[in-house]
Amino acid sequence: MSDDYNFAYLDEQTKRMIRRAILKALAVPGYQVPFASREMPMPYGWGTGGVQVTAATLTPDDRLKVIDQGADDTTNAVSIRKFFERTAGVEVVTSTSEASIIQTRHRIPEEPLSDDQILVYQVPIPEPLRFLEPRESETRKMHALEEYGLMHVKLYEDIARHGHIATAYAYPVKVEGRYVMDPSPIPKFDNPKMEMAAIQLFGAGREQRIYALPPWTRVVSLDFEDHPFDPSKAEHPCALCGAADSYLDEVITDDQGGRMFVCSDTDYCESRRAAGHRGELAEDAA
Amino acid sequence: MYVAVKGGERAIDNAHAWLAEERRGDAGVTELSTEQIREQLALAVNRVMAEGSLYDPDLAALAIKQARGDLIEAVFLIRAYRTTLPRFGHARPVDTAAMRCERRISATFKDLPGGQVLGPTFDYTHRLLDFKLAADGEAPRMPAPPAESQPVPHVTGFLNREGLIEEAAPDDTPPPDLTREPLEMPASRPLRLQSLTRADEGFTLALAYSTQRGYARNHAFVGELRIGAVAVEMDIPELGFAIEIGEVTLTECETVNQFKGSKTEPPQFTRGYGLVFGQSERKSISMALVDRALRWEELGEDFTGAPAQDTEFVLYHADNIQATGFLEHIKLPHYVDFQSELELVRKLRREAGAGDTPEQMEAAE
Repeated sequence: MSDDYNFAYLDEQTKRMIRRAILKALAVPGYQVPFASREMPMPYGWGTGGVQVTAATLTPDDRLKVIDQGADDTTNAVSIRKFFERTAGVEVVTSTSEASIIQTRHRIPEEPLSDDQILVYQVPIPEPLRFLEPRESETRKMHALEEYGLMHVKLYEDIARHGHIATAYAYPVKVEGRYVMDPSPIPKFDNPKMEMAAIQLFGAGREQRIYALPPWTRVVSLDFEDHPFDPSKAEHPCALCGAADSYLDEVITDDQGGRMFVCSDTDYCESRRAAGHRGELAEDAA
Repeated sequence: MYVAVKGGERAIDNAHAWLAEERRGDAGVTELSTEQIREQLALAVNRVMAEGSLYDPDLAALAIKQARGDLIEAVFLIRAYRTTLPRFGHARPVDTAAMRCERRISATFKDLPGGQVLGPTFDYTHRLLDFKLAADGEAPRMPAPPAESQPVPHVTGFLNREGLIEEAAPDDTPPPDLTREPLEMPASRPLRLQSLTRADEGFTLALAYSTQRGYARNHAFVGELRIGAVAVEMDIPELGFAIEIGEVTLTECETVNQFKGSKTEPPQFTRGYGLVFGQSERKSISMALVDRALRWEELGEDFTGAPAQDTEFVLYHADNIQATGFLEHIKLPHYVDFQSELELVRKLRREAGAGDTPEQMEAAE
């Protein structure tokens, strides 16, 4: 651990400011709380919001897990994990159940989380209405007035044009019947998991927003009665562990169109293989 | 047989090692010292200080060296360092009227108190490559030392006496702090200026240029451009008075803009203001033009839909550290999102009957 910086990099005043924003966010689920995001030593877009939330939440006894695309070994997850190893000296783990804080980009772990865990999301664009209305002053008004007609029209137009809601990730949700919220770019497959026992914190550094979901907050993916929400995924089992219930990455294996589907959650996949589950392409499978 | 990609950690370490080697370049060539950068690439140092919002030529030179000359990367290094610095207090507003000017020009008056001082400028050089510099870098010495400095009053002050230019009354309201509070709209002028002074030079230049070409046209005269050192003073509570804690070089630009009057304001000249760390002429003039364009609302002008008039557009996109970070983050893995898009597009194509040829049908399976 490096002594040159305060515990978890940020100074205590900044952490207090972020904690206040987190508490406010927890008190008003789904509401985007503005906070004075700091410049971090990694670029905006690399998870500075999540890193600041994690830094403000970490205690020396925490066990931190960092994933990107569901995997612990993607380069950015490695880099953020190293950052906290160096500046906070906390124990880092890859096992979902052993972690007390999990920072994630683009996925929710497959294994259900418990009430003593915190899931921190990295958020690029916190505003679910942004691509319908580019102006922040307008979108804040729309949230204040609960004016979400524009979003429903967009979803309706999708159905009219394609027969489906053509949003596959960052699928908008309504929180406790009040705020429409961007769940960060997780695949819509993960949306139903958001009603969970753990605390979920969302940090958007460049956009200077924090929002949160307290445990068991009602999170409803927007849909229509005659076009219910469909959390679909590739219709295959994992080629390595055989799981039929996990989100899969498609991996191109040759230039002949060959490919395989494997769990995007590496810890989930490894634990299943350790427990003896085998997919059709596992090394020791027939 | 597919083996899950591992070793992100080793890859990062190796990449960093390679980067360090590339930064050094050919070891047979003498290494560049930060003093050389500070002294001989001073305008780059100035830009890094201005956009990094930290006045420290030595650190800026180090950042430029570490960033291999990528100035935005150097600005980023400075910003990241800056956030870790404790904050002792605030300086008093600097008095640019008392600036020790090394350059001061006015485009609106032929001669004026304090005089026109060209100073070290590229303005009237012929842009011909000087091959002598490549052979030996010995600089000619300046013929004579500059004359004793005399007081240099602000040009806009002269116009003000006649009431021809809008009043800019002193205001002691503490300005908001962009680096300690989230940027929220509507943004006051102090906040806008704060954002513009650290804004990307290229972005500010392009916006200012667009106003000259008719997007929220507001013809600007450079009433004054001055560059020089000003004293930084700070009130020390324990002492009960202000002491000088150092000196910074600033570039200040005040533009005088034509204004035909509006429902609320009489016909008069209006002001645009630019103030930037170091010798940063292009930036400070650009800043003054953009500042003036953003003031349409308080002056009762029409919003013509021009980008330079749009506070949200300008302020949310002016910071190159935010911009480059978000832009370059698309290099990070997006497998998961892309996968969900793949599934969606396949599904939509299936239903649209697009993949009717056997090959495509197979590919879509």
